[in-house]
Amino acid sequence: MSLIKISNLSKTYQSNGLSTPVLHQVSFEINEQEFVTIMGPSGSGKTTLMHILGFLERQSTGDYKFKGKNVENFDDNYLAKLRNEEVGFVFQAFNLLPRTTVLDNVKLPLLYSKKKNHDLLARKALESVGLGSRLNYYTNQISGGEKQRVAIARALVTNPAVIFADEPTGNLDSKSGNTVLYLLQQLNKQGRTIILVTHEAETANHAKRIIKIKDGAIISDQAVHKRVFATANTELIK
Amino acid sequence: MNLFVSIKFVLKILFAKKGRSFLTILGIMIGVAGVIIIIALGAGAKALVLGQVTKLGSNLLSVQPGKSNEKGPPAQMFGIVVTTLVNSDAQALRSTNQVPHASAVNANVLGKTTVTWRNKSIDTNFTATDAYYPKVVHVEMSAGRFFNAQENKSAANVAVLGSTVVKELFSHSAVNPIGQVIRVKSANSNIAGGVPLRVIGTVVSRGTAFFQDQDDQIIIPLKIGQQQLLGIHYLRTINIKVDSSANIQQTIQDIKNVLNRRHHIQTASEIDYTIRNMASAVALLSTITNALSLFLTAMAAISLLVGGIGIMNIMMATIGERTREVGLRKALGATNHTILKQFLLEAVILTTLGGLIGIIVGALVSYGLFLLMIHLGYDWAFVISPLSIILAIGVSILSGVLFGLYPALKAARLDPIEALRYE
Repeated sequence: MSLIKISNLSKTYQSNGLSTPVLHQVSFEINEQEFVTIMGPSGSGKTTLMHILGFLERQSTGDYKFKGKNVENFDDNYLAKLRNEEVGFVFQAFNLLPRTTVLDNVKLPLLYSKKKNHDLLARKALESVGLGSRLNYYTNQISGGEKQRVAIARALVTNPAVIFADEPTGNLDSKSGNTVLYLLQQLNKQGRTIILVTHEAETANHAKRIIKIKDGAIISDQAVHKRVFATANTELIK
Repeated sequence: MNLFVSIKFVLKILFAKKGRSFLTILGIMIGVAGVIIIIALGAGAKALVLGQVTKLGSNLLSVQPGKSNEKGPPAQMFGIVVTTLVNSDAQALRSTNQVPHASAVNANVLGKTTVTWRNKSIDTNFTATDAYYPKVVHVEMSAGRFFNAQENKSAANVAVLGSTVVKELFSHSAVNPIGQVIRVKSANSNIAGGVPLRVIGTVVSRGTAFFQDQDDQIIIPLKIGQQQLLGIHYLRTINIKVDSSANIQQTIQDIKNVLNRRHHIQTASEIDYTIRNMASAVALLSTITNALSLFLTAMAAISLLVGGIGIMNIMMATIGERTREVGLRKALGATNHTILKQFLLEAVILTTLGGLIGIIVGALVSYGLFLLMIHLGYDWAFVISPLSIILAIGVSILSGVLFGLYPALKAARLDPIEALRYE
């Protein structure tokens, strides 16, 4: 079933009378349970595309339909609600709250939702990324790989339809990066739609489909032939 | 997002930065403590002034020699000795057909003296007065009696002691002061060894009245003071007790008529006495305390304003630092409204905490002042009115909203993308 459908989507930034086109006439469709990589060099517009898909900003022209509904018709508050309920973000820089515990970081999206049992939901999400024993650690007391797993737990906690991961392995060593990719593949296996944004071909190949983008336009959109499967790491088992 | 969860979350954030949070609220804290202290001081001063009046007795008029502005200081304060007020003036004022509303009139002279009992000597004050004294000034005997008209007229060698004098002279021995003979000496007296006086009464402690220690004195017959201690024939004051407050103005006029006739006064410039109304002295004191309160309130208001601006300043800096956090919160589903609410809540919680600490500090300081004043012998009252607490909390919440609003609006309006990119 179609989850995301964009047609002829363009984005131009206006600043001090200067207009900078970032995306030109981009069209594609992503169905539920897909694992798609949006891949391109830096400055290609992939992060902007992710922000539009994740309701963080609006396109300049073109159509964006989410679950069959035209996003253009939604007001800012409704977009905030969609960000809270339908999507989860994993950023390259983790973006965890400093001086705050792991558990409180994961509970953060629940503050903005109507869901109850925040503690229980956050614990479950942390257990699913293998951090059940780190609940009361402060974010400066855990490793980079663990930070990104906290971020994944935070993205999962509201049970969203799709998870956006923007260069999730960019700040990590290969072992920790592998664990993150393994988790994303597991989540996809459980039926969650994953959209990964990266410039690394090796990371991109963990997905089922790669949309290549350059200078704001799609240059290819094809299934991955030799998909790489990340292996379960000992980190997660202990 | 429900308020309780929000408050809990905000408290965690603020607690994580204890030092900064404390410094942020310091201004508000001082301001609120100031407000509490000022209101407590005002109430204490009011109680003090009222206490002074009730101690001396209400409806009291005082005639002093020498002309001076009724509201200005008496001539004696400048070292001028005015001798125009004499015993016969007091006699004349007692005449009921001339001053019908004077219920009692007593004449006084005051001075310093050295009192000796056995081998113990102390320096104290004396009030030489007549037997009408207890009818004019509120006085309660702890033992013995006050001297009577006959003893006064005949300049009997008797004395009534204030409680401080009793304590200093007799507390070390088990002797009952009543019946003991003390010797009283002043710089002007030339009787060797001093004037011997038999103690016939002691007075219950009265504390200060009009800022004069009423306990550290002895009360003796008028002639003993005038002739044997001071060697004078004139009076320091004549006190007149008026039967009702409604008759005070009439009585002032009656006193003027009597004294003008006796002193042969034709024109206003010749007037050689001053009539003081204790009620107007109270009004003057109230004016002073009110002016002081107003001044201190203005200081507290400035402190609150500065504290508020401090909060605004730190909130602005905080938002600069937490731009990424705002972006993240928006990405996780926070609306502009919830961000506004969060930062406003932070400001309000900070100022309210500041207010609460300020109330506690203010109450403690007021209590300390109360203890100090009591120690100094003033009838101070420790009053923390519920109104001042409500006012303080109200002001701190209001300043949180007022000074938190602009930074909170600024945070709420941040573009999530810009904020997430912010380094």
